[in-house]
Amino acid sequence: MFPYIVRRVFVMAFMLTILSIITFLLFNAVPTDPAMLTCGKTCTPDIVAANRIRLGLDQPLYVQYAEWIKGIFVGRTYGSGSATFECSTPCLGYSFRNGEEVTTMIVDALPVTLYLALGAFILWMLIGISAGIVAAKNHGKWQDRTIMGVSLIGYSLPVFFVGLLLLVFVVVRWNLLPYPDYESPFDDPVAFFQTMLLPWITLAILYAAYYARLTRSQMLETMGEDYIRTARAKGLSERVVFRKHAFRAGLTPIVTSAGLDLAGLLGGAVITEYIFSLPGLGRLAIGAVTEYDLPTITATVLVAAVFVIVSNLVVDILYAAIDPRVRLT
Amino acid sequence: MILEVKNLNVEFTTDDGIVHAVNNVSYKVERGKTLAIVGESGSGKSVSSLAVMGLVTGSNSKITGEVFFNGRELVGADPEEVRKLRGDEMAMIFQDPLSALHPYYTIGDQLAEAVQVHHNVKEAEARSRAAEMLTKVGIPSVEQRMDEYPHQLSGGMRQRVMIAMALINGPELLIADEPTTALDVTVQAQILDLLRELQKEFGTAIVLITHDLGVVADLADEVLVMYGGSAVEHAPVREIFYEPQMPYTWGLLASIPQISAKKAQLDPIPGSPPSLLNMPKGCVFAPRCTFKDQVPGDACANEFPDLLAVSKDHEARCHLTESQRTAIRTERKIGRV
Ligand SMILES: Nc1ncnc2c1ncn2[C@@H]1O[C@H](COP(=O)(O)OP(=O)(O)OP(=O)(O)O)[C@@H](O)[C@H]1O
Ligand code: SF4
Ligand SMILES: [Mg+2]
Repeated sequence: MFPYIVRRVFVMAFMLTILSIITFLLFNAVPTDPAMLTCGKTCTPDIVAANRIRLGLDQPLYVQYAEWIKGIFVGRTYGSGSATFECSTPCLGYSFRNGEEVTTMIVDALPVTLYLALGAFILWMLIGISAGIVAAKNHGKWQDRTIMGVSLIGYSLPVFFVGLLLLVFVVVRWNLLPYPDYESPFDDPVAFFQTMLLPWITLAILYAAYYARLTRSQMLETMGEDYIRTARAKGLSERVVFRKHAFRAGLTPIVTSAGLDLAGLLGGAVITEYIFSLPGLGRLAIGAVTEYDLPTITATVLVAAVFVIVSNLVVDILYAAIDPRVRLT
Repeated sequence: MILEVKNLNVEFTTDDGIVHAVNNVSYKVERGKTLAIVGESGSGKSVSSLAVMGLVTGSNSKITGEVFFNGRELVGADPEEVRKLRGDEMAMIFQDPLSALHPYYTIGDQLAEAVQVHHNVKEAEARSRAAEMLTKVGIPSVEQRMDEYPHQLSGGMRQRVMIAMALINGPELLIADEPTTALDVTVQAQILDLLRELQKEFGTAIVLITHDLGVVADLADEVLVMYGGSAVEHAPVREIFYEPQMPYTWGLLASIPQISAKKAQLDPIPGSPPSLLNMPKGCVFAPRCTFKDQVPGDACANEFPDLLAVSKDHEARCHLTESQRTAIRTERKIGRV
């Protein structure tokens, strides 16, 4: 198991390096002069030129990349002489649009997305997997058909539609919840839950539907395996056959999917964050795009990608924990 | 009598119609004896045995007839009662031991589990019984193997593990569904030897499913030949080889290399097995039978022959008369003539 994990960590480090290069190049591939973007309406060529030097944009690409990476690990000082300013570790750049360090913006937005994604994740995994199991156990019967029917609807409804529907009815029409106004759970837990409930449900509906179908098909497939027939031939009860022999085997693809879906959401659930005015990563990213805030765009892309890569590692480790064939080869 | 199957029928309702997988099959197996069920792929060998074990449970299946295990009727019995017999008094091993063992549990865990389903013993006791049984089936360095997973063992070792797991509670009946088909030829012989030894030691009755008559000659006391879901010939093993009475059996015998090399008079059966969806109303074997012209009228195409006694203990299903059969066998050098 240990060598396996070490190997996976190396692969992850390699992928992160490649990824940071790609993200960096992306930043530079934009057909505008980054220095031009650094000053507002009262721009003179002199200011642009000064800013270019200050930000190191006059240096060759590889030097800029090295500076950027260095900034992430040890922080960075922009400019020289009297006009310097510090960007502390991990420095992801400076947003002139917002007059703020990108890292600060990310650190503010990250928890919001984290709560949103994790809450929805727990909700949909519980609902989706149980529904899938009930459907598989009652294959072909009314329970199965009902669950599959409902999940098909849930799966085909777009997130913005469900989100808006919930917002319009639950909040606007019926006044069951106040207008969403994000508060940190440590400052105002009640407001936090009142705000997060609908976004959680919105996301969970889509994913629970998908996981119900996935779980059902996985369970049906494993229930047809030879080793399930063996388990029955041993005289095990259906309950043990299902729980001990079938479920664990059917779990692997679900774990994979879950890891990637969660990672995807952690990078920012743009639509949901927008509908419910949640100041998360998704909104930060979209805001940065509309404002042409290049350092922020780069940073959000990097953060999202890091989530995907790290979750891949976690999935790989879980995989190995579940399936001995993976860890012993 | 350990097992007595009477007029067993198994049907599956599918989108294409009703599949008659097993039709009116009857046989008996005595303590310590081996009945071989032979026949081509799809002839209903596995389904009939799974039905005996109570393992045909899909809502699309229907089982009729009688299965007496130690005098107890299992068809229609409380599934919970049958479950308690499974793995304890009757056990089953399968063709592909790699897919039949759970990939995620160690050999030791899987065997100990088999003990603990039926016996209220501690984990340690179950494991020591498992180790003992693994030693008995010829697994080397058992202590180490117990903690290994099925994919770490060779095919022959895996089948030994399956056998150990099946016999660990000392069942009176073992159903072995093509236990050697997935193995190398040399390993096949070892597994058959092992089964023979263990049978002698425990007095287990064995139902051995195979399509290999070489295996039958090796191990069986009695043979049931199945074709298209029906029993077409049923006889003691000597008679199947020396006095076969049914054209399908003749075809099977011809496909054994050693025999056909000596007297290559009969081609392995051309054509393919019947669809179990629309059974022909005549003899199931008629579409592939080269002797049907010798039967007067269109009897072979219109009337399914009964399973009739040819001699004591020997039954066959064929419209050919005894003298016709003898003539054909003499001419083609089939069996001992
Ligand atoms: N659950 C099922 N639903 C529908 N048809 C089935 C089902 N199980 C088995 N059958 C059919 O029953 C027939 C007999 O199958 P069976 O597995 O008993 O054949 P077999 O003699 O064991 O063949 P083989 O040598 O390939 O193992 C086959 O035609 C198969 O398609
Ligand atoms: S009954 Fe007719 S078709 Fe059937 S095996 Fe005998 S000769 Fe052939
Ligand atoms: Mg079979």
